[in-house]
Amino acid sequence: MLELDDIQHFLMARPHAMVARYEFLSFKDPAAGRAWLAGIIEKVGVAGAVRAASETESRWVTVAFTFNGLRALGLDEASLATFPDEFRQGMVARAEVLGDTGANHPGNWIDQTASPQLHAIVILFARDIAERERCKQEHEQFVTQCGGVEVLSSLDLAAIPPLDYAHDHFGYRDRLSLPAIEGLAGDEPTPGSGHPLKPGEFFLGYPDENGPPNELPKPEILSRNGSFVAYRRLEEHVGAFRDFLRQHGETPEEQELIAAKLMGRWRSGAPLVLAPEKDDPALGADRQRNNNFDYGKMDPHGYAAPLGSHIRRMNPRDTAANMNRRRMIRRGGTYGPALPEGAPDDGVERGIASFVGCASLIRQFEFAQNVWINDKNFHELGNERDPIIGNQDGTLEFKIPKRPIRKKITGLPSFTTVRGGAYFFLPSLKALRWLAALGKSN
Amino acid sequence: MPDKSTQDDWTKPAAVAIPKGGFFPDKVEQGRYGPIFPKTPACYGFSIIAKIIPGREENFYEYGRNLAEGVTGTPDLLASLKLHYLRWNLFEIKGDTYFQYMGIFDTDFDKYTEDAVAIFAATGRTTVFENLEGFPKDWKTNAGAFIKFMRDHQCPSFMEYGEYPYVSADEIKKALKLKAAFSNMLDQMQ
Repeated sequence: MLELDDIQHFLMARPHAMVARYEFLSFKDPAAGRAWLAGIIEKVGVAGAVRAASETESRWVTVAFTFNGLRALGLDEASLATFPDEFRQGMVARAEVLGDTGANHPGNWIDQTASPQLHAIVILFARDIAERERCKQEHEQFVTQCGGVEVLSSLDLAAIPPLDYAHDHFGYRDRLSLPAIEGLAGDEPTPGSGHPLKPGEFFLGYPDENGPPNELPKPEILSRNGSFVAYRRLEEHVGAFRDFLRQHGETPEEQELIAAKLMGRWRSGAPLVLAPEKDDPALGADRQRNNNFDYGKMDPHGYAAPLGSHIRRMNPRDTAANMNRRRMIRRGGTYGPALPEGAPDDGVERGIASFVGCASLIRQFEFAQNVWINDKNFHELGNERDPIIGNQDGTLEFKIPKRPIRKKITGLPSFTTVRGGAYFFLPSLKALRWLAALGKSN
Repeated sequence: MPDKSTQDDWTKPAAVAIPKGGFFPDKVEQGRYGPIFPKTPACYGFSIIAKIIPGREENFYEYGRNLAEGVTGTPDLLASLKLHYLRWNLFEIKGDTYFQYMGIFDTDFDKYTEDAVAIFAATGRTTVFENLEGFPKDWKTNAGAFIKFMRDHQCPSFMEYGEYPYVSADEIKKALKLKAAFSNMLDQMQ
């Protein structure tokens, strides 16, 4: 039922890439934008082909547009008006809803993603640096040829050592809790992850967890098989993070425990609910076990994973209503050099630049930002936000339930800062061809 | 509007006068669906007032019985809404019947509003709102339209009072549980 030959691979197939490059583009005129798009379409992978040939390919290309970008390509105003309000307004206008205030405010973003001139993103995943550099040069030449297409900014990404598993600059194992999609062969949910979700939660035009497909933005050829994507460039303050662990833990073991309490998992990925006292790296690496837990029955008071820990907020599992209407697909990676253990912070920007894919930004991405990450009163916590990615201004706290008396950390520093972001629409292949041909016969 | 330090003092009853329109102009917080009506000593809340479709009164009484049965059968039916109280009234103005729906709860309406729509949809019943004039027919699939109707018919307070201000329903339940636990402890000591 899923049209795998039309849906871009991005949210559906994770390629074997170790490096990536994002380029943020602006179109000076509609014809230039369409010429660029027409030239790049053949490089864009569809889900079916990428899933079949992921082992043999060496690069994977994805293209998506902002609302201003769809307009810049020449999409008519009547069609533009049928897109959801939050997408039309864009991430910058939604800053307060998302918690992008203070240091995280779009006025401080550094990559011109806050500019209304941002029209498109081209995402390149590549197997290695040589292939990325080859693609980068090829694209550079192509952009020059098009004329009227400007690269506003770009970001190079690479996995950081140790390379045998995905993790961020803080050292936390990543890609642990991913929703499975119903009808997608081989996409079986891991134990504890619930049933596979209806494709309409992520791709427009399909039934979702609430029932039949919703009305699509117009025209249907543009929206069907597409998704909305929220981009976030998040700087990770590794020096501050390590200082914090040292400040709150005297021994390496205590420091690891503090790191685990912030996340709800040990840095190995082992969930605190299943390994409350001591890290268990084998458990962390075992997909058949590392998601097989709940909170309501197994850790209702947060003695293992604190109520305000990152994973409890991002996926409250059995302790939130309508969880299946809030799931998202994450893609992305780390940028900047790894900071060696023991080295002082070098002031170089490093972090994670990731994408959240969903069918409804307001219901899925914005809900998570607004209600789970930045609601100070999540789970009645009173004065907390997500300790890793919440908006922290030094006035909030983090409580670690413990018998007989809980530990309360006040004045939690900010470990991350938003440095860029935008809302994109990720069209299907048919839609990309339709957009490229705008102004001709349709 | 009282600052946070006074909000923590539940022993001191508090009242707050709210400017016309329902917002404190210098402190309007943006929610996903628009500006959020402020938290007061009486927590968050709404008062929805709308005209009913003539001749539909009986549907409201039937719905009341239905919902009561629903909560009896599934006591946590409305748990995700973080409610203290709901009050539903019908009243007449110049021969027309109006419906008033007042809720007091601990989270702003925007935060869990889709969950509210989902509960109405999931209980398998039609919602009583379908008997109100102007209610969107596609409410089950169009959360945005449902929310817009609620916002359009919200009648903001100009004064709210709390005898134990800002205390959440969960905190009250915890206090009662603690009291029960102490009683039990004292019994065990006899």
